[in-house]
Amino acid sequence: MEQLLSLAAENLISPIILCFVLGVAAALARSDLSIPEAVAKGLSIYLLFAIGFKGGVSVAAHGIDATLGLALLAGVVLSAVLPLIAFALLRLMTQMNRLDAAAVAAHYGSISIVTFVAATSVLESSGVGYEGFMVAVAAAMEAPAILSALWLVAKGGSADGNKGMDSALLREIMLNGSIVLLVGSFVIGWATGEDGLAEISSFIVSPFKGVLCLFLLDMGLVAGRGLREGSKILRPAVLAFGVLMPLIGSAIGLGFAMALGLSSGGIALMMVLSASASYIAVPAAMRVALPEANPSLYLTLSLGVTFPFNLTLGIPLYVAVSQAVTGG
Amino acid sequence: MQTHRAKRVEITIEAVMQSRLTDALTKAGVTGYTVLPVLGGAGKSGAWSRSGQVSRASGMVQVVCIIKPERLDDLLDGAFAVVERHIGVVSVSDCDVLRAERF
Repeated sequence: MEQLLSLAAENLISPIILCFVLGVAAALARSDLSIPEAVAKGLSIYLLFAIGFKGGVSVAAHGIDATLGLALLAGVVLSAVLPLIAFALLRLMTQMNRLDAAAVAAHYGSISIVTFVAATSVLESSGVGYEGFMVAVAAAMEAPAILSALWLVAKGGSADGNKGMDSALLREIMLNGSIVLLVGSFVIGWATGEDGLAEISSFIVSPFKGVLCLFLLDMGLVAGRGLREGSKILRPAVLAFGVLMPLIGSAIGLGFAMALGLSSGGIALMMVLSASASYIAVPAAMRVALPEANPSLYLTLSLGVTFPFNLTLGIPLYVAVSQAVTGG
Repeated sequence: MQTHRAKRVEITIEAVMQSRLTDALTKAGVTGYTVLPVLGGAGKSGAWSRSGQVSRASGMVQVVCIIKPERLDDLLDGAFAVVERHIGVVSVSDCDVLRAERF
């Protein structure tokens, strides 16, 4: 417990989290502070490239084994199953209709790459190593949740004209820019290894945390605005789901990671991936596939509740638990 | 100067639907259109702004095309099939163009 509190305190006063808090506070205070859209896009491209590349280099250094394949499979299973649990929980805890519940559930099976990046930064600051292939697991967990949600809607015999998944949507999900960049930079890092990293380390290693700070400032602004505008729909039961579901997800992720025999850092990252909720890929897919679902509900929950929870309290909790179970 | 009657169609739609809409317009025989970013606005769902949108899921675009009047119905049929279930505003107005062969 002492270790958990110490890690939580350390995490809470890191520049990364304080930048996020600044963003949330500025948005709640209705400041006109904003990061230009193109700059935010550039920052996210940088972060995805850096994290993918470093993951690839790590895999090149340590080689591949059966664990990689099993971890990818575990990621796909987790992403497909977590929405079913989220859906059941939502129907049980809230009065949410089937369509909205399915759309929200999809977000909780998919992942937030920014939460993942923040978690890797915390691990690196604490000197905790992790499997580089977790980047690939993150990419594998983006899409299955969307299919599960559409299945939930179809199973309910929705009478709202839902057309579900078509080939164009499937292609957009599988080839969305984030996945292409993440997987592409992972492969480049894997192919070029330590030599490749040495060539560009001054670009992708040293500035990484500073860029992450600015990006999280922007994310804080977005989350704060979302909270301000979505506060009307955040009934206590819905709010409770936004905090409870990441804890349930992380516990299930912990089970999978331990069964795979991942390292302490790998377990923490699997917990983070299982706990996080998407706010980029899945909302776009939901707008196409389930336009009748309420976007302010799922965006506010994933971005305004679960994301800040994971960033401030969740990550230190998952890291502490992973260290406790591995004795490290 | 000689001008020619034409129809100007403006379709404001969610950014995620942009490619589906332009594909439908192309299938309807539309050979030219312009896509504009929408900065913000207000409507049935309340006010919104492009500022601070974290993904394309919440953004809007406007597709503008100018066509010969006799091709309007095909265009509207194609566009409606796309916007039917989604947020979107379709408006048609008369306009005059200088070079009719371009539309």
